[in-house]
Amino acid sequence: MDLMEYQAKELFAKHGVATTLGTVVETAEEARAAAEQIGGVTVIKAQVKAGGRGKAGGVKLAKTADEAFEHASNILGMEIKGLTVNRVLVTPATPPEEEYYFSFLLDRSNRQYLCIASVEGGVEIEEVAKTNPDAVKKIGIDPGKGVDAAKAREIATEAKFPEAVFEQAVKMIEDLYKVFVEEDATLVEVNPLARLAGDKLEALDGKVSLDENASEVRHPEHEEFEIREEADPLEAKAKDLGLNYVKLDGQVGIIGNGAGLVMSTLDVVAYAGENHGGVKPANFLDIGGGANAQVMANGLDVILNDEQVKSVFVNVFGGITACDEVANGIKGALELLGDKATKPLVVRLDGNNVEQGRAILNELNHPLVTQVDTMDGAADKAAELANA
Amino acid sequence: MSIYLNKDSKIIVQGITGGMGAKHTALMLDSGAQIVGGVNARKAGTTVSHKDASGADVELPVFGTVSEAIKETGANVSVLFVPPAFTKDAAIEAIDAEMPLIVVITEGVPVQDTAEVWSYLQGKSTRMIGPNCPGIITPGESLAGITPHTIAGKGPVGLVSKSGTLTYQMMYELRDFGFSTAIGIGGDPIVGTTHIDALQAFEEDPETKVIVMIGEIGGDAEERAADYIKANITKPVVGYVAGFTAPEGKTMGHAGAIVSGSAGTAQAKKDALEAVGVKVGKTPSETAALAREILQSL
Repeated sequence: MDLMEYQAKELFAKHGVATTLGTVVETAEEARAAAEQIGGVTVIKAQVKAGGRGKAGGVKLAKTADEAFEHASNILGMEIKGLTVNRVLVTPATPPEEEYYFSFLLDRSNRQYLCIASVEGGVEIEEVAKTNPDAVKKIGIDPGKGVDAAKAREIATEAKFPEAVFEQAVKMIEDLYKVFVEEDATLVEVNPLARLAGDKLEALDGKVSLDENASEVRHPEHEEFEIREEADPLEAKAKDLGLNYVKLDGQVGIIGNGAGLVMSTLDVVAYAGENHGGVKPANFLDIGGGANAQVMANGLDVILNDEQVKSVFVNVFGGITACDEVANGIKGALELLGDKATKPLVVRLDGNNVEQGRAILNELNHPLVTQVDTMDGAADKAAELANA
Repeated sequence: MSIYLNKDSKIIVQGITGGMGAKHTALMLDSGAQIVGGVNARKAGTTVSHKDASGADVELPVFGTVSEAIKETGANVSVLFVPPAFTKDAAIEAIDAEMPLIVVITEGVPVQDTAEVWSYLQGKSTRMIGPNCPGIITPGESLAGITPHTIAGKGPVGLVSKSGTLTYQMMYELRDFGFSTAIGIGGDPIVGTTHIDALQAFEEDPETKVIVMIGEIGGDAEERAADYIKANITKPVVGYVAGFTAPEGKTMGHAGAIVSGSAGTAQAKKDALEAVGVKVGKTPSETAALAREILQSL
């Protein structure tokens, strides 16, 4: 789960990382009040889970409270990389004298953690990495050992933090590592990490991604970071039903078992769609081993509520789950849904007890259900029906 | 021959008394695998009742610790059906007991726990498969995991895959040829056994004639495997990559299946594999057809 800047900063503050929280508001009027209260020059920052907010015009300096009102009016409702801005952060403007870059992240390739630091930093770190790669230090962290005071000092030395802020940098590195491990993050990034007037080191921006597995296991408090209205309504509904669903932009609804098979099903439908007016898969939905009627009905319910969907492809390989159970699940789901089931269903069953499964659906002889024996053939049929 | 697992493998189940543990202990026994016991500290000294492949009753001992289980049974494989919150401790216990192979089926393990286990495992004798995987099957010999043993029998294909159901699908497509070993390495961002490890083992296994490798979006394991294939693999490799239509920044079911920016795309993985001579199918069926062509020409 990616956090917004103000949420990341809350976690920073919780673990002692120097930052200024500011005030999060949802209306321009509130922005004016916040700016008035803060006093002086403020920054109005769009809160969306996307980079490049500044370039998109989502970050503005306001000299007065009225200017804060004006900027907030423009920024709220703005779209940045397809995301609507529903809230802005109002913070005191603290012009940095120098900007640095710092992050901890999960390094999948090397199966450890990685620290990236640069005192040449500032916003365009990717650019720095290209033009002056020596200025971007990458330091591997052994997850078994972590980052203690000595390691933090080693990192700060390697990154060449200036003497005036060196001790603050050491402490901040330790504290940011606490954010990384104690919150089970996969990314903790500070860009810019700023040297302010009076040699004060502060995280001016923050980006944190949390491991959802860990949130589930040991961080119930992370649930408060989920902002429901930001989620797609169908994704929110699916989540409430305990379904693993991702909304896409397409016409063929997909239900399958197993993440890999469902991903593959999306691809196969997209290929088939090339011959049928360019129709595309409408979603990812993995019902796992859930063959029962209720899970199938829940899945169909979410997909049939997607107005873009014209046909549905149910693709199940019976491994542990037997195909007759799946067929009964589909039968039960259609009964549960009744008149709500209105779109054609292409079903491909294969694997364990496939003959029995197919026989159940043949016997059902439901007007909406078409059976096709192969995955490629069924994808083609579903695409054809979506293009009809 | 096979890789990592054979008819002599003696398997214990950590979490044998739980729902998943009990269900799959029964299925593993049914496949003919030698399941010799289980571990649950709170139920040490008891037994669990199951049937073996011939339908005869078996009483499996439940031990308090993995070391004790090894001492009493000579177990050399442990399969973990332990809830995610306790997986790290269970894995570390098995590593401390010097269990040669641990297979972590559990889905939902915090990735930092896996990172810590991986760090702990360095320099030790244990191989870990998983987490978040279907495990490993050497058809006709043994099964450590949840792959249905009825899909395919023994044969010349070595299969390594990030995905469970795509493993089953591919085994089904090529069931007339059969498999030396099929290993599901898991869909998490960090796993104990990689495509490269399996490729190396299949290269060394005389029974394996063709290797099928299934990847999916996220990370760079497939790209690294491509480099490895170029330098080290002489056997024919056929590949498949899932997730061409996955949008950037969305996790597609598996915790590790995510395209981040321009990194981890299916296209990049396919390109990397094709660049080193691996034939990559567009769909699972087309991939099976490519493997079939090679198998028929052997």
